[in-house]
Amino acid sequence: MGSQVILKRPTFWIILLATLAFALVPALTGNLELRENLLLGAVYIILASNLNLMIGYTAYVNFGNIAFFGLGGYIGLYVVNVLGWSLWPACLIAGVVVSLLAFILGTGILRLRGAYFALATIGVNEAVKAFVTNFEPFGGASGMYLSFSSFNALGGARHALWLAYFAIVVLMGLSLWLSLAIKNSRFGLGLFAIREDEDAAMVLGVRTPRYKSLVYAISAFIPAVAGTLFFFKNGVILPDQAFDLTLSIEAIVMLMLGGQGTVIGVALGAFAYEQLRGFLLVSSTFSQFQLVVAGVLLLLIVLFLPEGFMGWVYRHLPRLRRVIE
Amino acid sequence: MSALLEVEHLGKRFGGVRAVHDVSFAIEEGQIFGLIGPNGAGKTTLFNLINGVIKPDTGRVALQGEAITGMAPYSVVHRGLARTHQIVKPLNDMTVLDNVIVGACFGPQKLKLKEAATAARDSLKTVELIDRAHVLAGTLNLAGKKRLEIARALAGQPRLLLLDETLAGLNPTEAERMIAVVRRIREESGVAILMIEHLMQVIMSLSDRIMVLNFGEKLAEGTPEEIAHDERVIEAYLGDPDLASRLMEQK
Repeated sequence: MGSQVILKRPTFWIILLATLAFALVPALTGNLELRENLLLGAVYIILASNLNLMIGYTAYVNFGNIAFFGLGGYIGLYVVNVLGWSLWPACLIAGVVVSLLAFILGTGILRLRGAYFALATIGVNEAVKAFVTNFEPFGGASGMYLSFSSFNALGGARHALWLAYFAIVVLMGLSLWLSLAIKNSRFGLGLFAIREDEDAAMVLGVRTPRYKSLVYAISAFIPAVAGTLFFFKNGVILPDQAFDLTLSIEAIVMLMLGGQGTVIGVALGAFAYEQLRGFLLVSSTFSQFQLVVAGVLLLLIVLFLPEGFMGWVYRHLPRLRRVIE
Repeated sequence: MSALLEVEHLGKRFGGVRAVHDVSFAIEEGQIFGLIGPNGAGKTTLFNLINGVIKPDTGRVALQGEAITGMAPYSVVHRGLARTHQIVKPLNDMTVLDNVIVGACFGPQKLKLKEAATAARDSLKTVELIDRAHVLAGTLNLAGKKRLEIARALAGQPRLLLLDETLAGLNPTEAERMIAVVRRIREESGVAILMIEHLMQVIMSLSDRIMVLNFGEKLAEGTPEEIAHDERVIEAYLGDPDLASRLMEQK
């Protein structure tokens, strides 16, 4: 549907307002702790909503979604650090390269269905990790450290970190807008048909192989760009941290929690999970205790609330289905 | 002028089983072509071979003179051949209307979303399902799901519609309504129909031409009168020689 239709939808305005709030509140208060908190929230929302295109829209469970983020970070940092280019073209290159790789790879592994596809995606993440760990231009096992001069091009470290933060917030807004736009498009309808019954979709005329490869590539783009920004802001990238399978699984918990297939629900789920995680990291004597909670949470959702928080809301207030998507 | 659908020497084996063997026939524009045969005769396999769900080992299928043999199902649909399933395949968590919009959007006409919504409503009216447009497809009963199958296939305005046992599992009232729906489709859209059906009086009264399959092979083809009086058909399928004359009387 055209953009004027999307403008009329309240969901669009919710996305816009949330994005502005993420950008402005830390900027106006100058609260750095809040900024770091929201930064992680924004990254989680980016990961979860792009993964939602695969899981919630198309019903292909991608455990390797974090590979897009990590590989994007590596490619971007390589372009900045070794080639000496500025951050913005580096972001674009990372996004395009990772998307193209995903498209080519998707053409192959998306022939698999269900659990077989999910297993293959774990393999993808591990294979990329193993490759990067042994790839000297990317620093191998010891990773890549950003030279401090890279920040100078963006007006010094302080300025550069704020810029990277704003860029990630913009990517968060774009991710949510993309989810909304796809949901209301012909493309999205084709994906939903695949989600419900791939064989039926094919017989109804949906060009399923192309649609699946396309959505796989699309779901890789923004996470790859976000990876560049995130690790640029970090100043360092290591294989274990860039291709952390637990974050992939946490992203699945986030979107299940909020309601797979919804736009706002997934964002809420990601944000809530990030807050919970932050709380557990600080307050608990266990390290990584959030993973225990995540596991229990996932179990509870699957058992009692498979449609997630938004699904629960829709069930009690069916009218909201058309208003908050 | 070539026929709408031409099937020549089509064959498929599954291991040692000859599911379909050397089947040839042709369907003209606007014709209703009945396909009958005992269970396991290869009727649904023949459908799957024609619309690309299964690739044939031998033979050729042509739609409006263009070879479609071994094409993917979506490519076959785009060329104007839509089908329904014997075992219904509704898109459960989508509304009835959205189900049909999928058919209109991705079917032969490849309509835009807005036009597709209009076409979908027309299609739902034809199958008398318009009052259920906004319920989830998964909540329909079997008769509703069967009509949804037809509406989806019809919404893209195909040239040829393959109906796979649309009456199976319906009670007599539901079946009667469904027969009326099939008649209406033929009158309103003039689409050619290839239908598999077990109810003899239905297939005899609806079809312009009938083909009988037995053990994957074509046993006979002809007008309903010819089929009803064909001795091989009576022996293999109808069973009772008097049945034929009774069927013709009813008609």
